[in-house]
Order: sequence, then C-alpha cells, then structure tokens
Amino acid sequence: MKFSPYKLLAPALALLAVGTIYGCKPGKAGSSVDADAAQKVYVAPGKYDEVYAFLSGGFSGQVAAYGIPSGRLLKVIPVFSQNPENGYGYSEETKPMLNTSHGFVPWDDSHHPELSKTNGEDDGRWLFINGNNTPRIARINLATFKTAEILELPNIGGNHASPFCTENTEYVVGNTRFSEPLDNNRTDNPISSFKQTFKGAVSFVKVNKDNGAMNLAFQLIVPAFNYDLAHAGKGPSHDWIFFTCYNTEQAHTLLEVNASQRDKDFIMAVNWKKAEEMIAAGKGTKIPARYAHNVYNENTHTATSVIETETQTIDVTKFPGLVYYMPCPKSPHGVDVTPDGLSIVASGKLAAVIPVFSYQKMLDAIDKKQYDGMVEGNIPVLKYEAVLRGEVKKPGLGPLHTEFDDKGYAYTTMFVSSEVVKWKVDNLEIIDRIPSYYSPGHLSIVGGDSQKPYGKYLLSLNKITKDRYLPTGPELAQACQLIDITGNKMKLLLDFPTIGEPHYAQMILADKILKNQVKFFKLEENKNAYVTKSEKDTKVVRNGNRVDVYMTAIRSHLAPDNIEGIKIGDEVYVHVTNLEQDWDVPHGFAIKGANNAELLVMPGETCTLKWVPGLAGIVPFYCTDFCSALHQEMQGYFRVSPAGSNVPIKFSIGENPVTQ
Amino acid sequence: MKTHTRVLIFISSLLMLSAYFLPLWHILLDAPQYPEGLEMKIWLNGLSGNIDQINGLNHYIGMKFISVDDFKEFKILPYVFGALTLIGIAAGIAKSRKLLWTWFIGLGLFAIVGFSDFYMWEYRYGHKLNPHAAIKVEGMNYQPPLFGYKQLLNFTAGSLPDTGGILVGLGGVLAAVALFYKPRISPNKIK
Repeated sequence: MKFSPYKLLAPALALLAVGTIYGCKPGKAGSSVDADAAQKVYVAPGKYDEVYAFLSGGFSGQVAAYGIPSGRLLKVIPVFSQNPENGYGYSEETKPMLNTSHGFVPWDDSHHPELSKTNGEDDGRWLFINGNNTPRIARINLATFKTAEILELPNIGGNHASPFCTENTEYVVGNTRFSEPLDNNRTDNPISSFKQTFKGAVSFVKVNKDNGAMNLAFQLIVPAFNYDLAHAGKGPSHDWIFFTCYNTEQAHTLLEVNASQRDKDFIMAVNWKKAEEMIAAGKGTKIPARYAHNVYNENTHTATSVIETETQTIDVTKFPGLVYYMPCPKSPHGVDVTPDGLSIVASGKLAAVIPVFSYQKMLDAIDKKQYDGMVEGNIPVLKYEAVLRGEVKKPGLGPLHTEFDDKGYAYTTMFVSSEVVKWKVDNLEIIDRIPSYYSPGHLSIVGGDSQKPYGKYLLSLNKITKDRYLPTGPELAQACQLIDITGNKMKLLLDFPTIGEPHYAQMILADKILKNQVKFFKLEENKNAYVTKSEKDTKVVRNGNRVDVYMTAIRSHLAPDNIEGIKIGDEVYVHVTNLEQDWDVPHGFAIKGANNAELLVMPGETCTLKWVPGLAGIVPFYCTDFCSALHQEMQGYFRVSPAGSNVPIKFSIGENPVTQ
Repeated sequence: MKTHTRVLIFISSLLMLSAYFLPLWHILLDAPQYPEGLEMKIWLNGLSGNIDQINGLNHYIGMKFISVDDFKEFKILPYVFGALTLIGIAAGIAKSRKLLWTWFIGLGLFAIVGFSDFYMWEYRYGHKLNPHAAIKVEGMNYQPPLFGYKQLLNFTAGSLPDTGGILVGLGGVLAAVALFYKPRISPNKIK
C-alpha cells in the first residue's frame, strides 16, 4: 500500500479545526445585563427621574445634566465654551464670562464636576467644574442651571486636580498637571531648566457659604511634579486634603517613558487648616499675578470680568508641617477618601495593587517621624509601610478611581482590564467585578464621594466606544453605562452615549435640586442696563455710529418690528427683553447675515446681540423659538442704508387693536 | 328665641366673616400646554391668580383684558356684605326673629344679584370679542360656565366656589336652619 501523506494530514487538520472551534481561548464573561433592566430604567412618560447626573463634557467644555435611571439628556449647560444655541459667550451680557488673562478664550476642557457640600453631604446648591486647559474653576447655580462665576487660576498649567471641595465647601482646590515657572518668572526660561525654575501651585479658592462667590485665597508653592487628582478629608480627617502626583522623576520630555521609571510616586497630604491659619497670621507672600474673575449677576443678567493682579503664596519648603508625601505605587491617578474619613484609597494606574492608607497611621507616622527621605530638602516622605492600612490584591489592571456606596463597599474602575471591581472597605476583599464597555476612567455613585453615599446607581464613564451603538463614521459619541449596585452582584442596566467626553460625573437625588428651581426671572427685578419693561418704552437710539435698539418680545410679536435709519458702518446693539412671566416661554432672536449667534431670551431676561451690518438693504429678523401658534408671525425688518446716507432713525410697530 | 337659634346665628355670622380673608370663587383653566393649570381667584374686593397669563392668552381670541379696575362691584361688595352680616349679629343679640327674617331675605337677594352679575360679566367677556383677533372661530363664544366645567377650544374652564365661598354658603345654610329648624319636643317630656 502506497503511503499517502494526505491520510496523515487529515487527522491533523481535523485536530486543528476542533482546536480552532473549542480552542484554548479563555471564555468571555457572560452577559451581566440585569433580567429586569428594562423595568428598572423605565421612567413612564411624564414621570421624573429619581436622580440628576451631571456629566462633564470633557473636550466640549460644557456640563450635561441627565436623568437617571432613564439616561435621558435634560440640558447641556454652557460653561467654558461658546454656545450659539442660546447665545452664551456670544451675547454682550455673557461674553465677559469667557474672558481670561489671555483675552477671550472660547473653549476649554471641562473635567470634574463637583457638587457643593454641607456637613460632607451634597447640598444641591452649586456645581463646580474645572477648566483644564486655560486653568479656571466655574460655579454653576443649580437653581437656574446657569454658569454664575468663572475664576482663572494663575501660576499653573493644566488645572486637573480640581475643583474638589472640602467638607463644607470652605474651599475648592486647583492644582497643576503641568508644573511651570510661576507667572512672575515669565522670562525666557529654557525647558531644560525644569528642575530649577518649574513649580507646582496648589490653589485654594474660598467659597462664600451664603452666595457661593469665589476668591483665590492662597496658593501653596510645591515641588514641580504633575498633580493629578484630589479629595478632601471627611469627619476626623476634615483638616486635610490629598493630591496624587506622578512624574516625581521630573521629566519634561517623553513622559510616557520617563515619568514611569520610579517604583513609587506620591500622595501629597496637605493640612489646609494649618495653611489657612498661616495666611490669617500674615505668613503669606503676596506676589503679582494676572487672572480673570468673571461674575454673572442674576439681577442685571450681565457678566463682568475683572483682572486680578495679586495672589498670596506660601512656599511649603519654608513651613514644615504643612505638606507630607506618602509613597504610592506607580503613577497614582485617583485618590479617594472613604465616607468615614479614615482611609485614603489611591490608584496607581500602572500598579498591581490598590493601596489603602490609614489616616490615623499617617498622623502617627508624622508624630514618630517615620520618614523615608525628604523632597526638596525638607518635605518629609512618610514610610510606605508605616502609613499603609492594606492593599487590595489583584484588583485588575489599571486601577483609576474609587467611589463608595452606603453599605461599606468600594468600587474601582480598571482602565486596562475594562471593568468595575467591587471590594469591601473593611477587609479589602474583592466581592465582584463587571465589564465596562470600554476602558472606564471615572465612575460615579449617587453621593459616592460624600460622607453619606446614597448608593443604588453607579455610572461607568468610558473612554472607548467602538461597537456599542449604531456607527456614525470615524467619530463616535462616548459611552457610559448605568449599573445597579443594590445587590451583592453588580448588574448592568443601561448603556447610553453622551456629549463630548463624559470625563467624570456627580449624581444627586433629584429632590435636592427640584426644591430650588427657578421657573422664570421676575421682570420687576430685572436691573439690566438696557432693559425695556413695557412695550411703550421700546426705542431706537443713535449715538454716533452706535445704535441701541430697546426691543421687547411677547407672544407673538417683537416690538418695534420696523426699524429704519441704520447705516453701513454702524454698530447695532439689539437689547431684547422677554416680557413673558410664565414658565417655559423663551423667545429667540436672530438677524439675517449677522456674524454672530442667536439669542435665546428667558422670560423676564434681557439679552443683547451685537450686529455690524455688512450690506445695505432690507434685513429680516425673527423669533427662533417656536413660542406660540403665531410664532411664524413673530418677525420684523431692518432697513440698512448705505454709509453716509441721511435716513433718520425711525421705528414702529403696527397698532394692536386687541391690547388697547 | 331659643339658645340654639342664637348659637347658629353667631356661628353663621362667623363663617360669613371668612369672606374677608378667603377667596370666594375661582375659575380654573386647564390645557395640554398648561398641565399645572391657570387660575383666577375672585375675592370680595378683587381678583388674584394668573391674570396676566390669562390676559396674554385671551388676546389671541380678542377678549377684553381683565382688570380689577373695571369692576365697580369690588368697591361696594365689602360694605354691602358687611352690613348684611351686622344684621345677622344684631338678630342674634336682639333675639329678634324679624331681624333674622330680614337677614335671611337679604342673604338670598345678595346671592341672586351676585350670581346674575357674575353671569352678565361672563357673558360680556365671552361674547364681546374684538373683530381683529388673530383666532376667530365661527359661532364660538368664550363664556366660562357659571358653575361646573366647559370646554373652550384647547382649555377646560372650570368655575367653582373657593374656600371662602364654601364657608359663606355653609353660613347661609346655618342661617336657614336657625330660621326654620324647631327641635321636636320629646314625647317623654310632655308626660
């Protein structure tokens, strides 16, 4: 019999085929979707969600409010980016909000929303958010969902460790991702002078407890590392705030490699109460600085921008006892404090464990001077073993952020292994894990960073979307997943796309916000410099080449609606007051060819659109918000005459027999 | 005059006084776009509620603007009603059945004249519409109901007594009881 090689090959091929089908590839985690998910996320038409979720828009520069558990988008709140949809950053009233020491900056990268807190609990009054790129902190009024204040921070680059607040919102903080020379040292420094001239600056922004007004109280000048995130102490650890820092190698190029060399970087513990006392005792040094402070006045509906010229600093190397470093494995990212304020959880993003530090052990180590060297000569580094309470072993790959529930559990996101891991705070044992789609950054639990977490819902805020939704070309919306954490095992409930990048979110029970809601602005309290409170006061005033139009809007007409005498070369300011005094009756205003956005004017509010007409002729304007059955009738005309013509200013509106 | 009659008279008068502190009547308007509803409350001496919003809507159908100054009634009513209540109290103090009758008839007349006047106003507002109004529906009038509910275009209009009105009505009933109710004397007592 002739030997056929094919006969030998056949079983080998069969083996290969079977191997391919049943092969050694490890199985994927099965579906973790809750069987009752549909029922748990269903909010019947006309019913309200239980929770407000405020998601930062990341590179959109805004904040988006969603209803949870439905995942319905409720509103995009414009903060750091111009918003043509409602005229924010385009209207004369709101342009000053985006002013900085660099002039008008129409965009930023908004990362961390932070709800104001009273006694360590979310109080529903304000939402703070950091501008990462041009360092700023904004405060949103949660009664109106409008940005009320933006404060620029001098001396730093990349305001990433921000705007985390202390237990009673005494301060919100900002810290630098990019260390850089201080602003008063803006000479022509070579980048290679990093170790000599670069510094970090921890900003403490004082928040007025009655009206939320912010001011830069002081800055601590700290070693030039990259400061990443922060969280303040709670209860017993009230006086302290903790920052993560990486790049303790002090690299200034190819950080991906050069900042990942050391086995441990640091958690920086700052005794803010002591710093506050030192400032009060006059130990601060005033240095020149330039930073914008923009405030939106809710009576004038107008923002003003002031450039501040000074800040107080404390060089921490000169005042022992203010700052201590705790070693933390491998480029720590998140730092989170347990609800009882006794443990500090840090996540080294390249580490194989999650170290949990003990606040009490930290105090003891400071007392007993259990040091492991010094930074910049005299800032103590505490011994890792002395401050460590324990390590969560084998949590997954790439731990980033941790939040807490009401039952003594912690939840940590794993960026690299793309999952959320649940572990017990007291014994550090892992209880459960659930996949994220894909690569979560932050996570959010209702009240999850406060002293009294509410639990129930967890949002996994992801960095990669891929195949989760119907594809939309190369550019996809980013994803976030809602997870039920009421049971022992986490259950996936819902998956929804978001605006921009859902970098971080804070969630709060809706009742805490609902009770303060403003439905419209009272016309009699409108103190705008150009308000028109009644149709009979409407007018058009020329002053040189500036023309002010005092216009009113009410269903269903704009008054005046025939305006003549505008000339090429004029700068026209149209001040539109919405005379309505009822909920949800905004009027819009747009002019053909205006090199500007539209206005969306809320009832009782005045907004101003600047228009520089470019072509002579008839120019229509109209209401853009479908306000009433006769909305399409809500329109008018400008007559724009050539430069130098002598057409007099004339304005009118037809007689309305019905309202006489 | 029996004690129970006098007690009833005084309770009734007390209830009548609530008209000075509480609204008598209200008109409710409900529409798909107004799930929270609009209302106008009618007091002895004026109006309150969402008058501006109601006027804002009414201009589309050409209804005359509702303004308190147009109603002379609100200037007179507090005095007329006050005088009536005084008669009641006087009847109780003087133990006069004649005054009690006067009071009762006065209250009856007040009710009849009041409701007729209310109806006339409703009729005028509902029918006298400006011919230049934006919305004109052939054969449609916008007279709200005197009592109860009625559909007016997209609005369900309701006209109902408010707290004060209910208390005054109760006072009226008590006045009637005072006048006509005679407790039956127990047969046991006759023995």
